[in-house]
Amino acid sequence: MIPNLLRIEKHIDSPTEKFKVMKESQNQVAVDQIFKTKPHISVRNLNVYLTKNHILKNVSLDIPDKAITCIIGPSGCGKTTLLKTFNRLLQNSVDVKIEGEVLVDGVNIHGKDVEVENIRKKMGLLSQRPCPLPMSIFDNVAYGPRIHGTRNKRKLYEIVKNQLEAVGLWEEVKERLKAPAIRLSIGQQQRLCLARGLAVSPEIILGDEATSALDPIATTKIEQLFLSLKKEYSIVLVTHTLRQARRIADYVAFMYMGELIEFGSATEIFTNPKHQLTRDYIGGSFS
Amino acid sequence: MEEKIFKALMMAATMIIVVSLFMIIVAVVKRGLPAMSWDMVSKIPGGGFYIGKEGGLLNAIIGSLYIVIGSITLGLSFSLPIVLYINLYLPEKSRLAQFTRLSFDVLFGIPSIVYGAFGFTLMVYLGLRSSLFAGILTVTFLIVPILIRSIDEVVRRVPKEMMDAALSLGATRSEIIKPILRQVAPGIITAIILSVGRGIGDAASVLFTAGYTDSIPTSLSQPVATLPLAIFFQLSSPIVEVQDRAYAAALILTFIVLVLSLAGRYYSRKFSKNKI
Repeated sequence: MIPNLLRIEKHIDSPTEKFKVMKESQNQVAVDQIFKTKPHISVRNLNVYLTKNHILKNVSLDIPDKAITCIIGPSGCGKTTLLKTFNRLLQNSVDVKIEGEVLVDGVNIHGKDVEVENIRKKMGLLSQRPCPLPMSIFDNVAYGPRIHGTRNKRKLYEIVKNQLEAVGLWEEVKERLKAPAIRLSIGQQQRLCLARGLAVSPEIILGDEATSALDPIATTKIEQLFLSLKKEYSIVLVTHTLRQARRIADYVAFMYMGELIEFGSATEIFTNPKHQLTRDYIGGSFS
Repeated sequence: MEEKIFKALMMAATMIIVVSLFMIIVAVVKRGLPAMSWDMVSKIPGGGFYIGKEGGLLNAIIGSLYIVIGSITLGLSFSLPIVLYINLYLPEKSRLAQFTRLSFDVLFGIPSIVYGAFGFTLMVYLGLRSSLFAGILTVTFLIVPILIRSIDEVVRRVPKEMMDAALSLGATRSEIIKPILRQVAPGIITAIILSVGRGIGDAASVLFTAGYTDSIPTSLSQPVATLPLAIFFQLSSPIVEVQDRAYAAALILTFIVLVLSLAGRYYSRKFSKNKI
């Protein structure tokens, strides 16, 4: 283990004095204890400006491998923006300026020679509302493998079957693989989207409030899936519901007004938050 | 009360328009139907056709279909790339995209005789004679603004999340074209129906460019007859019988548009089953 990879750097330059309370050294101890593996994604001094608004302010953070990291915080704190910088989807919007580094497996994804398709292939994205492609159930899951060159029909079938089984959808849809994906219930659609993401064999799963449009039963199913998938994937979830983070998170990052306020293991954040703001948010003083 | 007044106004507006449009069809059917015969749709004009003798309008029917099929094909092979380019490759607020949209809006409103004159100038410049090719070219100019603007409207309404979903699977921008086309397929069909309607019924654009002939063209360089011109020439005849044939030709034209629209609707429904 290389010690400096295990470090979490925090640069909070806020006018508010209480932001500076946390000392690097104090934090260091905690972080060394949390991290058992190499970080999968490392964010370094990330600043993002959208149409001149400073959305992310000097965020530095390490996302651990094969664990669920939840990013929590009130609306408009930059959670989703942070998530979108991970797979470079943000760059499709107008007037974006990104400074700093996002390292995935040690490679800066905003670097010049990086092929954006390869970055995105490494990460499955689950959006807020399930967004199936306008094609059949089978073709939805097969879309990714197809664009990456799998043409063999038997192989495609194999992939589709495996991934649909992985998300527990196979039994429900095996009779109607040719039916339009849009006919599925919204919970099924979200699981289909997850299967579609898994079909390109990613290493990371990104969820942008992936359960906020679902009913409680469908939400539970998705959460169970995340818990079983974390054995093989690093999972980063943006979530609005603290209870969800409490249920499934291994690590929690709390963001406020574009700044990363606190990052730590879930137990630590929920039982003994270091920062007053975190304490207030967890306690429900604001949401 | 207020609700009732507005409802009555809307109903009145609907009725006035529907009834008057329906009356056009009634007039066409009333005068055209007696002049209709199997010969009209299966034979080319005989010797004395234009003074009321034997023969039919097969030349104009086939000619109109040739022109409309040719120009839709040519038009689509330009409009689709243009629409995809301005929507996928140009940035959201691109000046070029806005300029393109504006210019197609303006071109939309230009009378077809101007297209005809332009086509004629182009023809002279290229050293072409009035021919099927020149007709197709001019009608293509006429319908491209319709194709582009109506396809553009549906492509713009493709949910951004859908594109993001495909992109986040590692698709390149050219690879997301396939799901986009699947999503907008019904819209493309509507665009085609609109353009067929305008292209097949327009007389002014083909007047100078396609020419007129009694035979069915066998190559692109031969002149071609069209239904709107057949109607135009026959209506200007002093002989009542020939004028009635113009109504019969109008009836055929209406029928062709009806059949194509119904086919379009059928396919539109078929393609929209996967639509998100």
